[in-house]
Amino acid sequence: MSATPLLELRGIDKSFGPVQVLRDVAFAAYPGEVTALVGDNGAGKSTLVKCISGIHPTDAGEFVFDGRPVTINSPRDASSLGIEVVYQDLALCDNLDIVQNMFLGREKRSGIVLDEPTMEQMAAETLAGLSVRTVKSLRQHVSSLSGGQRQTVAIAKAVLWNSKLVILDEPTAALGVAQTAQVLELVRRLADNGLAVVLISHNMNDVFAVSDRIAALYLGQMVAQVRTTDITHAQVVELITAGRSGGLGLAADTGANGNGAAPSDSTTGGVS
Amino acid sequence: MSTTAVTQEGPAAVAAAPTVGNHVRDYWRRVRGGDIGALPAVAGLLVLCTIFSIMRPSFLTAGNFANLLTQGAAVTLIAMGLVFVLLLGEIDLSAGFASGVCAAVLANVVTVIGYPWYVAVLAAVLTGVVIGTALGFLVAKIGIPSFVVTLAGFLAFQGVVLLLMEEGRNISVRDPVLVAIANNNLPPALGWALAAFAVAGFAAVQLLRYRKRAARGLINDPLTVVLGRIIMLALVLGLAVYVLNLERSRNVLITSLKGVPIVVPIIAVLLVVWTFVLKRTSYGRHIYAVGGNKEAARRAGINVDRIRISVFVICSTMAAIGGIVAASRANSVDPNTGGSNVLLYAVGAAVIGGTSLFGGKGRVLDAVLGGAVVAVIANGMGLMGYSSGVKYVVTGVVLLLAASVDALSRRRASATGNR
Repeated sequence: MSATPLLELRGIDKSFGPVQVLRDVAFAAYPGEVTALVGDNGAGKSTLVKCISGIHPTDAGEFVFDGRPVTINSPRDASSLGIEVVYQDLALCDNLDIVQNMFLGREKRSGIVLDEPTMEQMAAETLAGLSVRTVKSLRQHVSSLSGGQRQTVAIAKAVLWNSKLVILDEPTAALGVAQTAQVLELVRRLADNGLAVVLISHNMNDVFAVSDRIAALYLGQMVAQVRTTDITHAQVVELITAGRSGGLGLAADTGANGNGAAPSDSTTGGVS
Repeated sequence: MSTTAVTQEGPAAVAAAPTVGNHVRDYWRRVRGGDIGALPAVAGLLVLCTIFSIMRPSFLTAGNFANLLTQGAAVTLIAMGLVFVLLLGEIDLSAGFASGVCAAVLANVVTVIGYPWYVAVLAAVLTGVVIGTALGFLVAKIGIPSFVVTLAGFLAFQGVVLLLMEEGRNISVRDPVLVAIANNNLPPALGWALAAFAVAGFAAVQLLRYRKRAARGLINDPLTVVLGRIIMLALVLGLAVYVLNLERSRNVLITSLKGVPIVVPIIAVLLVVWTFVLKRTSYGRHIYAVGGNKEAARRAGINVDRIRISVFVICSTMAAIGGIVAASRANSVDPNTGGSNVLLYAVGAAVIGGTSLFGGKGRVLDAVLGGAVVAVIANGMGLMGYSSGVKYVVTGVVLLLAASVDALSRRRASATGNR
């Protein structure tokens, strides 16, 4: 399918003091595809996302966005490139309504007065574009929404700004079965609309349900980035817990030092 | 609140059609869901007024009505500023004595030094700005809880007033303009003109918004409700101006006393300005956002520290204006100006009006409604000849009631998923 990644990271290193959290990480996200980022707790998923979104500076490595090398030093840089992150805690204000939340910090104005009709219309169009039909009114407070609806609002907020890459941090972690299905459907639709989507998840069912590629982190190293169709459920679990699975992941003997662990970013698949 | 019916027009059109019945039902559902807003204040006001009118007929006279407005003016103005601080879930305990300090500055500049009134007013307001900036800086940048910072302010400003008054002397304020603020009335014709202007302006804003939203096909309040609001305002303002324009002098031959007290349009203008700031500007939106979820606001790129400092500046500035009105009403400033119960009445007014102590919920109008309740209690109980002891107890109980209503409605709201 699409050959050139929208965002490509190479050789990312990141340490917090003496602790090296990411070593020589390579990662790519493709337009129109959902890339699942998996890994155990402490594998470095959140750190990697924070590096991409500009919250943490990287120690080494390069970013290529849309074919151009870029530097991301702040969240502002990231959002001006079109990178939006939906964090696990959603960051919505309960006392504001859907439209107000979607435009928070970037309100449309005419003069000094807020341009409510324009904002409401844009919000309605964005939600309609995502085929979201579950909210009763755009003017209801976010506090009255269900978990899935809140997630939907947070995602819609991220795509409102013609973003190109949306990173979702555990979007289904707190949701029930029906709502999870709803949100996953929405995630799929984002990719079908041409966005590059990065989905962080612990839930293998979710990962296999929507992702096109799977990138597995193990103790700060990218051990595999492969097509979802080329890998099995069990193999992913092995990659997450042990860092290797058959021919995938870290080489058996040099695994611990991390130097020889070139991520196997093969679309042809390394399944033996 | 899960998946609901779908129509072709997309998500916005799914809501119930805008009919009066639906509007009323929606409102009732919100009230039952814990979003009661100013309902307790309005109900309380009606009950209190009814009780006092029955027990003391002199309560329901034009003279007492005008008296009530000027009595409650200073507290209401301070409460309007407090709403901003409360919206962030902070508190300003120093607002009362801050108004005292500003009033003392005013009196010193106009009486002791002898500068014209506008210089004195400017000096008082600037003092408020400086106090607010200092408080806000300590809260936002140093990170001291606002309760402690403003408690320290409460104690210190009390001393500052004493120092400015040279140990307890009181300074009279005789400048005719300053005295007029809380003691003189508008000519009756001007009162009518201002009321008409206010209603026309309100109607224009409401109808324009209705037309704009209708033109874009957005959900609108039903036209009947919009018109109802306009008519309601016209009735309330019309009645108030009519009553205030009645002759209230005991002896018309000596002096004629009628018209709207000058403080009333001052409060009205500030009410409109601050409501506009809160509801129609992105600054106001950001205040609600910081009060609702500070972290979300920060991630949205809002400068949270700047917002926190600014609300303290607004609060102390409004306290300064309250202090000026208090000085005008008493014709003098003494070491107790802004002291004793002023602060607690102001906090009480904001909370009774429906502003939440937990942040994120409140309107400037709440301060005015709550201020009216507080003023009615003080005035009515005074007429009934109760001692100030009883007055304090009753006001305390009413404040406690209001705070419980706030807390309970919050619980109810979280139980029904409405907040």
